[in-house]
Amino acid sequence: MIRFEPRGPVSVSRMLAVSLAAAFAALVLAAIPMAFAGLSAFNAYSLMAKGAFGSLFAFTEMLTRATPLILTGLAAAVAFRAKLWNIGAEGQLYAGALAAVAVGTGAISAPAYLLIPMVALAGALAGGLVMLGPTLLKTRLGVDEVVTTLLLNFIILLFVQMMLEGPMQDPMGMGWPQSEPILDEAALPKLLDRMRIHWGLVVALAAALGVYFLLKRTVWGFEIRAVGENAAAARHAGIPVTATFVRVGLLSGALAGLAGVGEVAGLKGYLTADLSPGFGYSGIVVAMLAGLSPIGVVFAALFIASIFVGADSMSRATGVSNYLADLIVAMALLCVLVSGLFLRFKVRFIGAPSTREIAK
Amino acid sequence: MIEIFEILLSANFWAAALRIATPLIFGVIGALICERAGVLNLGIEGIFTAGAMAGWMAVWLGAGLWGGVLVAAFAGAFFGLIHAILTVPLGLSQHVSGIGVTLFATSLSYFIYRTALPDVSSPPRIEAFQPLDIPVLSELPFIGPALFQQTPLTFLALFLVLATAYLLYRTPLGLAIQAVGDNPSAVESQGLSVYAVRMGTVVAGSAVMALGGAFLTMSAFDAFFFGMVNGRGWICIALTVFASWRPGKALIGALLFGAFDAFQVRLQTEVGSFIPGQLFLMMPYILSIAALIFVARRADYPRALLVPYFRGQR
Amino acid sequence: MTGPTQEADIVLRLDGITKRFGMLTANGDVSLDLKQGEILALLGENGAGKTTLMNILFGHYVADEGKVLVNQSGTGLSELEPGSPHAALESGIGMVHQHFTLAENLSALDNIILGTEKLISLTSARAPARKKLAELITRSGLDVPLDARISQLSVGEKQRVEILKALYRDARVLVLDEPTAVLTPQESDTLFATLKKLSADGLAIIFISHKLAEVMASSHRVAVLRGGRKVADLPTAECDLRKLAELMVGHEIVETVRDAGSPGAPLLALQNISVGDGRDALHQVDLVLHSGEILGIAGVSGNGQTTLARVISGLEPPASGTISMEGDDRTDANARAVIDNGLARIPEDRHRDGIVGPMSVSENLAIESIRKPENQRFGLLRFSAMREKARNLIKAYDIRCQGEDSPARLLSGGNIQKIVLARTLDPEPKVVLAAQPSRGLDVGATSDVHKRLLVARARGAGVILISEDLDELMRLSDRIAVIHRGHLSSAEETETLDRGTLGLRMAGQGGEQAA
Repeated sequence: MIRFEPRGPVSVSRMLAVSLAAAFAALVLAAIPMAFAGLSAFNAYSLMAKGAFGSLFAFTEMLTRATPLILTGLAAAVAFRAKLWNIGAEGQLYAGALAAVAVGTGAISAPAYLLIPMVALAGALAGGLVMLGPTLLKTRLGVDEVVTTLLLNFIILLFVQMMLEGPMQDPMGMGWPQSEPILDEAALPKLLDRMRIHWGLVVALAAALGVYFLLKRTVWGFEIRAVGENAAAARHAGIPVTATFVRVGLLSGALAGLAGVGEVAGLKGYLTADLSPGFGYSGIVVAMLAGLSPIGVVFAALFIASIFVGADSMSRATGVSNYLADLIVAMALLCVLVSGLFLRFKVRFIGAPSTREIAK
Repeated sequence: MIEIFEILLSANFWAAALRIATPLIFGVIGALICERAGVLNLGIEGIFTAGAMAGWMAVWLGAGLWGGVLVAAFAGAFFGLIHAILTVPLGLSQHVSGIGVTLFATSLSYFIYRTALPDVSSPPRIEAFQPLDIPVLSELPFIGPALFQQTPLTFLALFLVLATAYLLYRTPLGLAIQAVGDNPSAVESQGLSVYAVRMGTVVAGSAVMALGGAFLTMSAFDAFFFGMVNGRGWICIALTVFASWRPGKALIGALLFGAFDAFQVRLQTEVGSFIPGQLFLMMPYILSIAALIFVARRADYPRALLVPYFRGQR
Repeated sequence: MTGPTQEADIVLRLDGITKRFGMLTANGDVSLDLKQGEILALLGENGAGKTTLMNILFGHYVADEGKVLVNQSGTGLSELEPGSPHAALESGIGMVHQHFTLAENLSALDNIILGTEKLISLTSARAPARKKLAELITRSGLDVPLDARISQLSVGEKQRVEILKALYRDARVLVLDEPTAVLTPQESDTLFATLKKLSADGLAIIFISHKLAEVMASSHRVAVLRGGRKVADLPTAECDLRKLAELMVGHEIVETVRDAGSPGAPLLALQNISVGDGRDALHQVDLVLHSGEILGIAGVSGNGQTTLARVISGLEPPASGTISMEGDDRTDANARAVIDNGLARIPEDRHRDGIVGPMSVSENLAIESIRKPENQRFGLLRFSAMREKARNLIKAYDIRCQGEDSPARLLSGGNIQKIVLARTLDPEPKVVLAAQPSRGLDVGATSDVHKRLLVARARGAGVILISEDLDELMRLSDRIAVIHRGHLSSAEETETLDRGTLGLRMAGQGGEQAA
């Protein structure tokens, strides 16, 4: 028989241990499908490690992949802190990318130091506005935001396709559904020569610090935490619950929108409907692995990014499907959920009461 | 205007509506019984995918069609069990667990499919369910083609609606499911196990959901594609609220939805040249959100939905 | 293991029950016998371990030591399987919990037969059940509309359904946890009359209570629990009120008494307030609160008190009517504005509305004034100021905790209430709204709450005290009004009222015309 007993205050080191244990458990469990595919776990993981850390190029690719994950992870973390279940980061990311393309492909011409902030602002605004709808539906009408944000992902992706086959299609694109390229003045500068890593990473790290500061040090952060932990008590204490949800919704959507800006203006240079391989959904895993801590999000994003980049390279070498990466990420989410029990409770294993035998 | 009436009056249209509604009926019924027991199952999208893949693959590997259906149901039950363990005795967040099960079931299905079929360019096909031409009945004008030329899985879905209604309102187990979704301590105080009732219901409901996926690969189409579930699971979650957790209303909701979808496909062929196709494709999702908004104010959620139960704590 | 005992009429025996929760010993070596046809009162104050003991008996908890023995159909005492409500039910133990364990979406009949049939079955045998219940109802007088949904029943009817649930299963031992907490005095009398009838038919009954009067009036025997241990077990005939009180508390009780007050000018006025429909609605409520007085609001729970508190607290705008404070219209004030106007609120559900469990004691102490300059500057929190203030309040209000940074959820109910008191009363509000402020607290914590309210009154604040406890109301209030089905009677001087009159009004009879 297992018994749970509530635990006192949670230390940072314990949170860290729990997340590491979950990540490790997911890697161990992944050995089962690997064996199914005829791959030894040791072989697979050494190939993956090489693919993510084996060279400067590999390492920068991993960081490039982590950039949008940090931002979508922050989007999920800040929303989940307030118990606003934003599962729509994927759609908000595309909305941000679409806005970046709308502003950054020639509609406005300005020097880079003006155009880049404008593109970023447009993307953040678009993401935030997309999340504003479900937030208002939740606070005004009590419509569950989980379903609305999920459904919006599909609507926005279709909208992006519509724009890319219609008004925003690149006339020079030989009929491919893609946008015009981003102007050079709107593109995020590269961090290193001949590598794809770009300034989006710096923005993402700054965002993580910013969200940390917001939650920890400010009145708004205090209110977000109070609403998330006990909305009834927060309302009773005079905290503006609706306004807090709106703020969180806007911020969460804006962070996801920024992820889209980075992918378009920092990496791809133009928008296609397959811009994101599910960064929005992976962001949920990142946030959960991080225990919803903004600083933790950075490390969790690096972990998830190395799984994805490593699996791609492993897949090229062995022919084993890189859906393995998605599988590991999904298992990491389930593992971190279970290991969270060890944060809230002391889990005690006790023998079944021996008196049972006597009763029979 | 005349075209619209012509569409609505054709037997073909209603046959299509019922066909489109079938996976949704399975999904809504599955989601509804889970939620009646107090457990939101957002694993539905992944369970659809798993049912679609598992059922198809069983048949492709040589099982009979009904064997495939059974395999799909077992796959659904397996993922339902994961969700049940995480959310019922462990009392973890139903939202996060559901999303986790969806990601897990989807990626596992894709991984298995890709590993079994590493380099096929066009997806292999199976001999899918054929329409049951019920003698005499299917000859009836209008009703015949609309109702009696469906595949067996559609009839199974309709039967499940009746069976679920009977189960919920007429049997001791149904009473226990309703009670556990309203006030678990009512069940515990009568000597029943809250965990057993909830877990059993979630597992069974997930098996039903998986049949909706199986319908896609074994009846609507005859092959498995990536991304073929395409949000149908989430639509079912919205429809469950729309149906006020009642099997009868769930059937009506799914049929309305199917009719609307069939209608817009036909409308598209009339006016498709003026309006981008994506607008039509968006309609199901927009409609789902509209349905949620429509019932939001008077939605009568099961009182214990999302609330974990720990023994000895009332 | 245990053979038949000599006392053939013992139906239930608790033998050396010990139960610990972490450091706390909820029950220490408690033994108890119950005879057929006996009504045993289990007396003790909040936190004495009564409910824990009964939850062990019913299998919700497993005891760390000791066992429960039941006389299974006259074959002598045998041990009851621990931790299984199912086993308890099977051996004839029925329990009526303080919070009803009924599914609101099912009919009374379905709630009663739930779990009595094989779960996997194609039909539910409602017809024979109906017949057996009709018989039980005539025999016991527990009248209940069997086909009505639970959500449509009154509190008294729900309790009768709970008792019928036990009788339907042929219970031979019936346990009732604080059965009169939600009843009017008259409903309580009816309940005890029923219980006496049932015990005369051979049913053994345990009722848990901390109300001395009903224990004296209605039990054959009293067992007193204090600090988790049994301190007395004696026939009721050998007791008197004073003796029981001292046994329960362990020392002589010094009751808080109010001195003659000096009510001043009107502070808060509600005029013609109506809101909502159904059970929790308010209808044309008028109320005037003066400075320096405590205005008591009596009523059985679920008659609109919660809504009244929410309206005054600024959590729910009234549909019609006006609220004014010191002559200024404050009808549309939201929670924050209400606080800023100098109205302190002590919520009835302190765990749900009073504290944010995972946040620290100091954050919970600052939460109502988090936007005040003392706690923030340019939107940035002033942690050191918050902490220092918290340390002072912890000392002044004697909040027992492991420092101002420990999460509030780790505190006991009494200390959580002290956080609420410190936060709301420290700014010296003009008006205090105290909703069920002593519910679930032990004697020490209760008297602390009472003292704080009297201090507020003494410095000129007006206090609204909403309570279900008539003794508390009569001791503290200068005037008392009664709320019934959303109608509030006009307040009258406490000295002109007695329990009987109040009880009738709480049941909706008497009213203003009562001579």
